[in-house]
Amino acid sequence: MKILAKEVLSDFEGARITRIEVKAVDLAQKALAGNFVILMVKEEGERIPLTIVSADRECGTITLIFQEIGFSTKLLGKLKVSDSLYSIMGPLGHATEIKNYGSVVLVAGGVGIAEIYPVAKTLKEAGNKIKVIMGARTKELLILENELKEVSDELFVTTDDGSYGIKGFTTNVLKEILDKERIDIIYAVGPIPMMEEVADLTRGYGVKTLVSLNSLMVDASGMCGCCRVNINGETKFACVDGPEFDAHSVDWDTLKKRNSVYVDKERHICNLNKL
Amino acid sequence: MKEAVRAKELDQKERIGNFDEVIQGYTEDQAVEEASRCLQCKNPVCVEGCPVGIDIKTFIKQVQDRDYKGAYLTIREKNNFPSICGRVCPAEYQCSKTCVLTKKDEPFASENAINIHFLERFIGDYGARESITSGSKDKRLTMYKVAVVGSGPAGICCAGELAREGVKVIIYETLHKMGGVLQYGIPSFRLPRDVLDYEIDSLKSMGVEFKPNYIIGKIKTLNDLLEEGFDAVFLGLGAGTPSFLDVEGENLCNVYSANEFLTRVNLMNAYKFPEFHTPVNVGHHMIVIGGGNVTIDSARVALRLQKLNNIEPNTTIVYRRTELEMPARRLEIEHAKEEGIKFELLVQPIEFIGNKDGYVKKIKSLRCELGESDQSGRRRPSPIEGSEFELDCDVAVIAIGLSANQVLTSLTPELKVDKYKDIIVNAETMETSVSHIYAGGDIVGGEGTVIEAMGMAKRAAKSIVKYLNGR
Repeated sequence: MKILAKEVLSDFEGARITRIEVKAVDLAQKALAGNFVILMVKEEGERIPLTIVSADRECGTITLIFQEIGFSTKLLGKLKVSDSLYSIMGPLGHATEIKNYGSVVLVAGGVGIAEIYPVAKTLKEAGNKIKVIMGARTKELLILENELKEVSDELFVTTDDGSYGIKGFTTNVLKEILDKERIDIIYAVGPIPMMEEVADLTRGYGVKTLVSLNSLMVDASGMCGCCRVNINGETKFACVDGPEFDAHSVDWDTLKKRNSVYVDKERHICNLNKL
Repeated sequence: MKEAVRAKELDQKERIGNFDEVIQGYTEDQAVEEASRCLQCKNPVCVEGCPVGIDIKTFIKQVQDRDYKGAYLTIREKNNFPSICGRVCPAEYQCSKTCVLTKKDEPFASENAINIHFLERFIGDYGARESITSGSKDKRLTMYKVAVVGSGPAGICCAGELAREGVKVIIYETLHKMGGVLQYGIPSFRLPRDVLDYEIDSLKSMGVEFKPNYIIGKIKTLNDLLEEGFDAVFLGLGAGTPSFLDVEGENLCNVYSANEFLTRVNLMNAYKFPEFHTPVNVGHHMIVIGGGNVTIDSARVALRLQKLNNIEPNTTIVYRRTELEMPARRLEIEHAKEEGIKFELLVQPIEFIGNKDGYVKKIKSLRCELGESDQSGRRRPSPIEGSEFELDCDVAVIAIGLSANQVLTSLTPELKVDKYKDIIVNAETMETSVSHIYAGGDIVGGEGTVIEAMGMAKRAAKSIVKYLNGR
């Protein structure tokens, strides 16, 4: 549970994106693309779910990338190399179903870019033709561009403010691609509004679309039901039934609302601790 | 006949402002006085009421004689964790119900019945305080090792039994703390964490190794464990998946499952937010739905959270039958009432109604009447047409039961499960459909009590020992 390496990938207006490499020998052996872990910074801390970006089986380490956006992720960002986490557990959730679909488009926004990377890499290895669209608010917040370039046949970069790549949203590019050619499957990870927009767009084209849902979690092993989401009118637990779901079946409204239930408490604890 | 001795309890008004243990337990004199009421029946039927068959008559006699060490050893022959069971056992449905001082045909123990669990607790605490060890047997089985999956009541009981035989035991637990439901489910005002820690530590001192944050099935399959050289595996996975009502609005904000609500508070210490960082939302009208122990625990937690947050305590239990049919412990129902929890009985929620931001604001319900008895022997509630009404509610907790957690079983298709996804075992040996893999506790029997889980775990341990002895 020791942090062996740490790198700040982006630091913009205080919302740093940080990469850490954590020793977790047994976990690293079994981690697959799409899996996540749940960790605690210290005994008083929250249980924080994070996607496994990569696993090094030989060294027994996993790589995590997170945006220091709330109190607990900021606390995690304060840890230095050779500090230890209080706990880490995984690999959790269903791994991404990897097969040769044919032509795949991966859409990633913000820190979702980190989550897309292992999926893109594995799908590429499985023989798929990969197009990646990665987007961020501004140039400073773009991460892993080179890594993604390596594993994709075509890479599109968008920024909302036009400071780099194509000005506009990932969905603009996605629409252009869908108008032009046949795509077999789309995989989107990012902020909820982005995933929802992708779902709305691709529904019209009838292309199967998968999303990885970032609902709030506590135990993350199917015990508490905190992460429940409405999928096709049915209640599912994102931690054990997901985290990937068919984007066209997700009740986005419920997810958005449930993810905001602790905003006041978050603000309170951040103010209190001047983080 | 002298009246039963009631253990001292914290003041009702003060105790709702903290999570301190409510029942203070017997003093030595009280214990001896209560034990002296025991008639020492020739045919002690109380023993039959105990799922693990503690020699109740003998240990009570030993308390009468102030031989507490002897009493401790008597209990430990059958029960590894008397200070836990003395606190959480529903004695009024078990040993005390079969006590001859209970009137015939009573649904639970009469007031006059001996408070066996209070005596057990007194002795359990005495044993812990005096660090009495129950004397290990000759350790013939030291060359064997067994993996125990899950550190709840079944897991720790099985581990303890095996460790006493010299078997090397490793317990794998998914959470970061040990104890399973004892840790995340039962509030500290019923089971103080130092009592649990003591029992976990005593297992450690017997050589049992604990591996927290370790999810069997995902990190290692059952096959991996057997191939690694474990001679047997015991599965004490529990019934961890919360049930929901399956009604409109159930996924509104601030509608919790009891598991989530209690996990936030008990395991993650949300009642100490912001010192601990896990939050829990507290409302002005908190409603807990159900009638079991988890319902009562959730309601008493809710009330304490209101008090700690300077909100006027206002917590209501909504249950579709009457108090008589509530499966919760009688004393805890009484405690809940004393603390000011309200009861809406014969009420069946049919819809959660939210505001525009998606937060629950009301619960729409129907009044019920009781009809014929069902399989459980309890009269079945039937909703009365046209009796709809609404209750204000800004935090709801659904505590209507649990079912099997399927993370491991779904990854292990050779492990046979029934239609409830509970693991199927040979009832005598507790062996599953896979050789050398045993199971016990709620993953086998569905929701049961701590002591029932321990009973199954002991049976499994016995079979494992028999198997190892035969190798």
